[in-house]
Amino acid sequence: MPNEPSFLTSRLDEAIGWARKFSIFQYPFITACCGMEYMATACSHYDVDRFGAGLPRFSPRQADVLFVVGTISHKLAPVLKRIHDQMADPKWVVAFGVCTCTGGFYDNYATVMGIDTIMPVDVYIPGCPPRPEMVLDGLIKLQNRIQEEHTAGKRPEPASRPPELDPESQKNGLEPELPKEGLEA
Amino acid sequence: MTPQSNPSAKSVPGADLETRDMMLNIGPAHPAMHGIIRIVARLDGERIQEADVEIGYLHRGFEKMAEVVDYNGVIPYADRLNYVSPLINNMGYCMAVEKLLGISVPERCHYVRVILSEISRVTDHLTCVGATAMELGAFTVFLYMIKAREYLWELVEMVTGARLTVTYCRVGGVKADLPEDFAQACRKAFEETRKVLAESDALLTRNRIFVDRMNGTGVISAEDAISYGITGPFLRSTGADYDVRKDCPYAVYDRLPFDVPVGSRGDNMDRYLVRMEEMEQSMRIVEAALRDIPPGSVLVNPETGRPIPAAEMVDLAKEGNIAAIAGGCAVVGPTLEGAGRAQHPSIAADEKRVSLPPKEDAYGNIEGLMQQFKLVMLGHGVRPPQGEVYFPVEGANGELGFYVVSDGAGNPYRVRVRPPCFAIMSALSKLITGDMMADIVPTFGSVNMIGGELDR
Amino acid sequence: MNTSSLISSVTDRFPEAVSASHTYRGDATLVLRPESLLEVARFLKQDPAFEMNFLMDLTAVDYSAFDKAPAPAFFASSGVAVRPSSQIPDEDPWPGPPEGTRFTVVYHFFSTAHKHRLRLVVPVEETAEEKPAEVDSLTDLWAGADWLEREVWDMFGIAFRGHPDLRRILMYEEFEGHPLRKDYPVKKRQPLIGPDN
Repeated sequence: MPNEPSFLTSRLDEAIGWARKFSIFQYPFITACCGMEYMATACSHYDVDRFGAGLPRFSPRQADVLFVVGTISHKLAPVLKRIHDQMADPKWVVAFGVCTCTGGFYDNYATVMGIDTIMPVDVYIPGCPPRPEMVLDGLIKLQNRIQEEHTAGKRPEPASRPPELDPESQKNGLEPELPKEGLEA
Repeated sequence: MTPQSNPSAKSVPGADLETRDMMLNIGPAHPAMHGIIRIVARLDGERIQEADVEIGYLHRGFEKMAEVVDYNGVIPYADRLNYVSPLINNMGYCMAVEKLLGISVPERCHYVRVILSEISRVTDHLTCVGATAMELGAFTVFLYMIKAREYLWELVEMVTGARLTVTYCRVGGVKADLPEDFAQACRKAFEETRKVLAESDALLTRNRIFVDRMNGTGVISAEDAISYGITGPFLRSTGADYDVRKDCPYAVYDRLPFDVPVGSRGDNMDRYLVRMEEMEQSMRIVEAALRDIPPGSVLVNPETGRPIPAAEMVDLAKEGNIAAIAGGCAVVGPTLEGAGRAQHPSIAADEKRVSLPPKEDAYGNIEGLMQQFKLVMLGHGVRPPQGEVYFPVEGANGELGFYVVSDGAGNPYRVRVRPPCFAIMSALSKLITGDMMADIVPTFGSVNMIGGELDR
Repeated sequence: MNTSSLISSVTDRFPEAVSASHTYRGDATLVLRPESLLEVARFLKQDPAFEMNFLMDLTAVDYSAFDKAPAPAFFASSGVAVRPSSQIPDEDPWPGPPEGTRFTVVYHFFSTAHKHRLRLVVPVEETAEEKPAEVDSLTDLWAGADWLEREVWDMFGIAFRGHPDLRRILMYEEFEGHPLRKDYPVKKRQPLIGPDN
């Protein structure tokens, strides 16, 4: 039965997942201030090379993780989309910094309010700019996703989260009731 | 693109073949373009005949956002202009608004701002020289300089709470005073930085490859530079001696001893040397300022006596034990919680309509509460009179000017940043024309294009 | 030269060009008629007493919303309506924006020889939509005026006569409108790709 997971193929998948997660070839698409924290993470103090992710490939054809670092404006969005399209599967996207997650505080005519409006995102690293420790945490979460994808055979759902973090299961009646009216933006 | 033949090389085989110029797009997603510049170059072989520089890929609407938030709310946006030296932007904007208001800040506050600005300038030059060296292949120098930058960022974090986007200055002062052990930490950080600068100098300045790539490339004359409006280390490398700190001094720069390095040839090598020397001079300024800074950080008010840790004071007050805290003075760390009452007069202007009160007053008495309310709540806030001002400071790239127009409301009417690297980038097409394509890399690196400032 | 002699020298030399002047907060400022901009600028650059070799900044201001309704708070509908008022009184108040015109183009000059600064304010007529407001270009005198004027065109829609290549610089060509005008809403996006968020 070729489709049933057997001992050998699942071990192989795990091994591939392990190899992929520890040899991340990142494409750092750096635009703004988060680039400084990206540089700090990549350099000696907070070394990202010990995770195997230390080699940036500046060509999308050679990269598998697209780190979108810094604010994306509407002028740059088509370029970013083209870079994403040029990458070969399997590919992952990391939204680094709050400007790429949701647009940050630049809620104006020029900024894309979150790159997930134009491409699927795997890991969101908020922060303005995020501390290198947060970046490394995000990188480890990305590595977990890479591993999961290869052992489970499919990419994990973006909306899934462990039950203890699920907000629905956390309501215990102690949250304050906010007034519904008067809060339109 | 007309076919042309090379008239000068008649003896070279194949010289009579037709050649054509090539249009090459060095697009916005390019590592050496720092991500956001597009150069469309017309090349004859390797030589650039014509280049068109396209910017605007990081336009985030700073000037429009500044009209929508209040005066203190512009400061986070101003931080992210030149994001490698955010404290200089903070200081420039706050001093412009203070000029508009016509108020002056205490002297210690000036010294604190100058100290942090110069530290920011060192981090900016470290990033610029490090990135240029990396793009030329000297990856080790980049790692060393980022290591030095980490020490300085830890220093900045000790004072402001953040490494990069600090939002430290306020209109009318700064957020909080320097912590007690700042001078010692600063000395240690500078010692490490000087070691790194010595190592990088040894690795680069007489390195054959580095010198060959930087000497004679990206040359501009002083008259051309002035005509383009170029200022800062770029202009000083051409021989024109203009530094806002010396020629139009502000804050306490006229009292601090420092030199301004001036180059002569206007090429990339001179810019590298000017920046290396400026880092040393900035550290000299900080050391002089730490010696001369007027005392201010007194954690205990000598008149009321008895210091009490702030958490204990709050607990005693909640229990109703007012007698125990009467006449006491809360001792808080100056940075996380903000200015304590004893530090407040030394770091914030004595102007109720502009400066937030110390926390003990905001929580403790009605006048402090009213002052806090009038400055923080929506619809109120800092209200300068109607007017327009222009205030220049010396940014890491040159003259950073803020032109602020106010119509008396709580939001600025117009905030214009005069970005120093905009002028330099407008000259970029002239700088790279005639050089080879590989010379774009060191030239563009020495421009120190910071996207947040260029495109705002 | 100090601020008052800067102003008086220019006013004596070009009496019909200068319509107003002030030194609010120590910044020497002259309000010029648009026709005489090029002449005055050339004089400022070439006259040895001025020698303004730097065109530091070139920008514009849209005065159409000046002193009108309070600027909407970013987190609107706060319900607080406060009229603009000047809370810190001024003995030497600013004369106010030039009467009757919507835009002003503001030039900042600096001289490295004499270390003095001067601001020129040129009120510009607002004309109909098809014909944008126009001012003379200073690209012949200062090369840096090239990109600065392109930015003013991009952000405000003020054209410059004699500019070699007037096109948008910060926004993309498909963008319609001029963002820094007061009637352009902050959040009005014109995305090239993606949803209209």
